Amino acid sequence: MANMTLIEALLMAMDEELARDERVFITGEDVGKRGGVFRATQGLYEKYGATRVIDSPLAELSIVAIGIGAAMAELRPICEIQFADYIHPAFNQIVNEAAKTYYRSDGQWRVPLTIRTPYGGGIGGGLYHSQSVESFFAHVPGLKVVIPSTPHDAKGLLKSAVRDPNPVLFFEPKKGYRAIKGEVPETDYTVPIGPARIAREGRDISVFAYGMMAHYAVIAAEKVAREDGIDAEVVDLRTLLPVDKQAILDSVKKTGKALVVYEDNLTMGYGAEVAAIIADEAFEFLDGPVKRLAGPDVPAMPFSHSMQEFFMVNPDKIAAAIRDLTAY
Amino acid sequence: MSTETLALPRTQLSEETLLEMYWMMLLSRRVDERAWVLHRQGKITFHVSAIGHEAAQIGAAFAINRGVDYVNPYYRDLALSLAIGTTALDFMLGLFAKVGDPFSGGRQMPSHFNSHRLNIISGSSVVASQVPQTSGLAFAIKYRQTQGMVDPKDTSQPRLALTCLGEGSTSQGDWHEGLNWAGVHHLPMICLVQNNVYAISVPIQSQMAVKNVADRASAYGIVGVTVDGNDVLAMYDVMKEAAERAYNGGGATLVEAKTYRMTPHSSDDDDRSYRTREEVEEWKKKDPISRFQSYLQAEGILTQALIDDYEARARDEVDAAHKTAEAAPSPAPEDTLGDVYAPLED
Repeated sequence: MANMTLIEALLMAMDEELARDERVFITGEDVGKRGGVFRATQGLYEKYGATRVIDSPLAELSIVAIGIGAAMAELRPICEIQFADYIHPAFNQIVNEAAKTYYRSDGQWRVPLTIRTPYGGGIGGGLYHSQSVESFFAHVPGLKVVIPSTPHDAKGLLKSAVRDPNPVLFFEPKKGYRAIKGEVPETDYTVPIGPARIAREGRDISVFAYGMMAHYAVIAAEKVAREDGIDAEVVDLRTLLPVDKQAILDSVKKTGKALVVYEDNLTMGYGAEVAAIIADEAFEFLDGPVKRLAGPDVPAMPFSHSMQEFFMVNPDKIAAAIRDLTAY
Repeated sequence: MSTETLALPRTQLSEETLLEMYWMMLLSRRVDERAWVLHRQGKITFHVSAIGHEAAQIGAAFAINRGVDYVNPYYRDLALSLAIGTTALDFMLGLFAKVGDPFSGGRQMPSHFNSHRLNIISGSSVVASQVPQTSGLAFAIKYRQTQGMVDPKDTSQPRLALTCLGEGSTSQGDWHEGLNWAGVHHLPMICLVQNNVYAISVPIQSQMAVKNVADRASAYGIVGVTVDGNDVLAMYDVMKEAAERAYNGGGATLVEAKTYRMTPHSSDDDDRSYRTREEVEEWKKKDPISRFQSYLQAEGILTQALIDDYEARARDEVDAAHKTAEAAPSPAPEDTLGDVYAPLED
């Protein structure tokens, strides 16, 4: 075990997968000599060479499309989109191509592709370095959508993504790249794509979150436990598609209260689906309305610090929402 | 890295091969014509035609290692698909969307050719999206060779990736990004643009300000060639050189086959609204099958008796494929739910 940051765990996962499987390669903007603008691939170019760690042209569509073609040829590409905000030029390649290839070929061609990209705000990134785009892709059967919130899960889930025979979108909470630390085994372990994780057990209320918000939700839960005696359960969803419905239902049936937290815009965000699952299959267990705490419905996160903080969900806002719903 | 119009001496091909090329062109035409009839009879709902493109596609198919090299086709590649190894029955099953459709199990519209066994890749209907994916396939070929995972001379392995599209599709950004990768990484790839003058109704001068699609090759640092797409032997020569370039580490080639779509874009189109009958009739005089037939007859390779034999054989194959496909059951409705995710390994 080693204590490390989330981004160090991601680097360790990629290093191990490159060493384990000759078919694995990495491409993206600045992933080579520079080691990635966030340094997620630092040292890999020196270790594995320019054939396996490839600086791509500055064009996201083809970063993904090259990955699709190479994956159909049974390599195991890890494609990095430098910021989730820049994934939109590749939207067609992901949604119309990668997601539909297995289906449209009657199961003949598969696309074992991993697309890694940092998402989320609160880092002074303004409109185009702060976006949360997971809901677009969580709407697309054929894709898997994964968002870790701990270094342990980051490493284990990324290794699962690389080994998965399907296209996996792997969103990384960039505000947590260095802020989130934890114990990470140096062994070759995986965390399966699919199951959610109970990040904190509790009896009074269920908080559903993922990525940075799962990390914040645990902080908020500890705060309300200390200050208000509220025993909140935090469910870290980890995989958004396919969703772990059973974990959601089990938790809400125990607590009777559900708060869904995400930093994307509120409307049509991922929390809407979680709320719908609960309304559909756990209605009679509810002791209050299903509440969503999310970003405001504005086009994107502003650059100015004051407006950015207004937009961002944080532990204090989550704690306040927990108190309100618990008191209902 | 020049753009050039080649007029190579014709490659020596055996009479047997020449006749096989003729046969494949003829079979494609007769299958295609039957699809139009079936549509007019109300037996199928959609057809997109390759009539007029047979020389471009057959010349291309015969120049590569068929069934081994990756081919990422577009919806007009009926002759190409047949020449690589799919059958008239395969096409008809796709046309009727019946059980046994080997392309997509009835999920895709017709003419979305696919065969994992033959390394034909199932495409979408979004034009040019297959071009950067083909660069990815070519990238994988080069990767395996560079890493020592395969022998570059091993002809049982894919050694190039071929993709096809129409000239209108070259307006897409996907095309640019794909060729850019091909150039930067010196990929074993051929991009065959079948320039048939119209993208549905929009003529080439509304798509691009250059005279030839292949003129753009210099922007990617690759070789560009324009060729008479209605001359199957000229097509073969150009494609053969492009294939040898790819096999020998010489990088990608952009081939532009100048041809003409002799039918409307699809069974839903009416080309009388955007082009004159006189223009269509002029191009029919350059019908690629008639031209090749005249050549083979003049060379004493093809006789009228042999033509009659081929016609009878084509009619039998098309009849049998049509009848079998029409009689085949439709997929189970629940097949809608299959093949969303590939199962995990182990």
